[in-house]
Amino acid sequence: MVKYIIKRVIYMIPVLLGVAFLISFILYLTPGDPADVILSSQATEAMRDAWRQERGLNDPFWVQYYHFISGIVLHWDWGTSYVNGLSVTDDVMLRFPNTFLLACLTTVIAIVIGILLGVFTAKHQNKWQDTTFSIVGMVGISMPQFWLGMLLLIWFGLNLGWFPIAGFDGPKYWVLPCVALGVQNAAILMRFTRTSVLDCMRQDYVRTARAKGQVESVITWHHIVRNALIPIITTVGSLFGGALGMAMILEQVFSINGLGRLMVEAIAMRNYPVIQASVMLLAVSYSIIFLVLDLLYAAVDPRIKADFKNQDFFGSRGRKLRRLSREEGAHA
Amino acid sequence: MLNLTTTAPEAAETEVTEDIIVVKQRGMFRQILDRLVRNRSAMIGFVLLLIIVVLCLLAGVIAPDGYNAQDLSAKFEPPSLKHLCGTDNLGRDIFTRILYGGRISLFIGVVSTLFSAGVGIVIGLFAGFYGGRADNVAMRVLDIVMSIPAILLAITIAAALGTGVNSAIIAIGIASIPIFARLTRAPIIQLKNEEYIEAARAISASKLRIMFRHLLPNILSPLIVQITINVALSIMLAAGLSFLGLGVQPPNPEWGAIIVSAKVYIIDHSYMVTMPGIVMALTVIALNLFGDGLRDCLDPRLKI
Repeated sequence: MVKYIIKRVIYMIPVLLGVAFLISFILYLTPGDPADVILSSQATEAMRDAWRQERGLNDPFWVQYYHFISGIVLHWDWGTSYVNGLSVTDDVMLRFPNTFLLACLTTVIAIVIGILLGVFTAKHQNKWQDTTFSIVGMVGISMPQFWLGMLLLIWFGLNLGWFPIAGFDGPKYWVLPCVALGVQNAAILMRFTRTSVLDCMRQDYVRTARAKGQVESVITWHHIVRNALIPIITTVGSLFGGALGMAMILEQVFSINGLGRLMVEAIAMRNYPVIQASVMLLAVSYSIIFLVLDLLYAAVDPRIKADFKNQDFFGSRGRKLRRLSREEGAHA
Repeated sequence: MLNLTTTAPEAAETEVTEDIIVVKQRGMFRQILDRLVRNRSAMIGFVLLLIIVVLCLLAGVIAPDGYNAQDLSAKFEPPSLKHLCGTDNLGRDIFTRILYGGRISLFIGVVSTLFSAGVGIVIGLFAGFYGGRADNVAMRVLDIVMSIPAILLAITIAAALGTGVNSAIIAIGIASIPIFARLTRAPIIQLKNEEYIEAARAISASKLRIMFRHLLPNILSPLIVQITINVALSIMLAAGLSFLGLGVQPPNPEWGAIIVSAKVYIIDHSYMVTMPGIVMALTVIALNLFGDGLRDCLDPRLKI
């Protein structure tokens, strides 16, 4: 197990280097000159050139990439904002907690509601409860989150005045954005849990448990749900990634001072270091959450733990299973 | 996986004419179509989608004045029979704008999905079929792309490409390539060792022919379902990009752009936001229902 953890952590390094490469490359290819946006129109060509030179924008791509990586690795220097000349680490770290908190809260709420409803609907398969929640779930999946956010803002924020409509300073502020963001994820998880539970209900060990006269509630929660949850763990990972991304859009709706707003500002100003740092930070947190879920996955499923003993670096059964269920989650 | 060569027992329809029993064989396509027609959710989705698409295509007939026709004497009119979804801050009929916008939204959804499906499937086919180093490289690259949440990647690419329909299509298309590549690769790895592939090799079919004529048709069903659902996701993603000011820009009536341009007026005129959102949600519901039904029909074993 320890060996597997170390392997997975080491594997994150090339992936994150790749992410940094991808983002730097996209930004490198971006047409337009940050100097045009940031310097005043009176600046001469020489001044612009000096400005670009100072920030390494005239260097070839590989040099820029090398500087970016070595800055982070050697000095924990993520770059300097073009706009205010300060280290982007402060800018980004000031806003990251809001985005991260929103994504985490949403995911946790979605897990609780989605799994409970999923078990409930599976237990009542093809009855009216199942049909009702299937329809609710389908509507939930299909509503664009930012639109739902705006509706909630109109009803509960403006008309009823129950919740504040802007900011992210306490539990009261969290409710509306979390609901707007969480409905879709809860619906996806509900559908996924339902399928998984139904699958487990057909297993032989469930019949065995019934045959020996086990209490129905124990069968449900101990025999069925515990096994059904295993493939769900990885779906949670991709949902969390989606929530991180969508949180950035919802920040615009609820005026939350998070990475999304920072990035939109940075994109408008062509403030590349801020964009780079934001994307990197989100990718890192996403990868770490995925790693934790992967380990959790391995920890709860003894079949996979057994597989670690004879797996090669890249292709184990655990990874394959995880990948499969991640894909199912992606199009659930 | 669908097996093209054998015919399932249900495909045989027996007809007793006098004393001769005629067994009528139906093709795979007919079987699927039959199942699809009988599938309630697929049909609801299909009809809903058909209505929306036809309305959008007939936008020029329904509203010949175009989506930018202003009537400043009729600003902020709530929904009524004359203006089904009300009018906006410039007196433009919102229903008209939704119809014209549907063309853009659906176009983005379909084209970006075809793009990502095309690229993703080819990557998946080659990686899965050749295996070894090609596969390793392709999968590591996809791992990298997948460790950036799709929306974030689309935002970054759209930021680099600038605003407009085309850049939205490319940004969204690239962001969903990995799903298609993985969805293609996984079954290919199992299928490429099947006997009929060996047979194809034995008669010296070219590698391309094996990939596209022998392997691809056998893994199509999950891909078709994913394509349907991906159109819905792409429409939502495009709206999200517009909402951030990165995709299609107002006054172009893409659905997300209609919503974002109405954002300022939500306090007094909430219908300006509600109506386009409802149409968008209906479209997505239609696509999802159809995709769900399609999944059940293409692979009945998956149905629980």
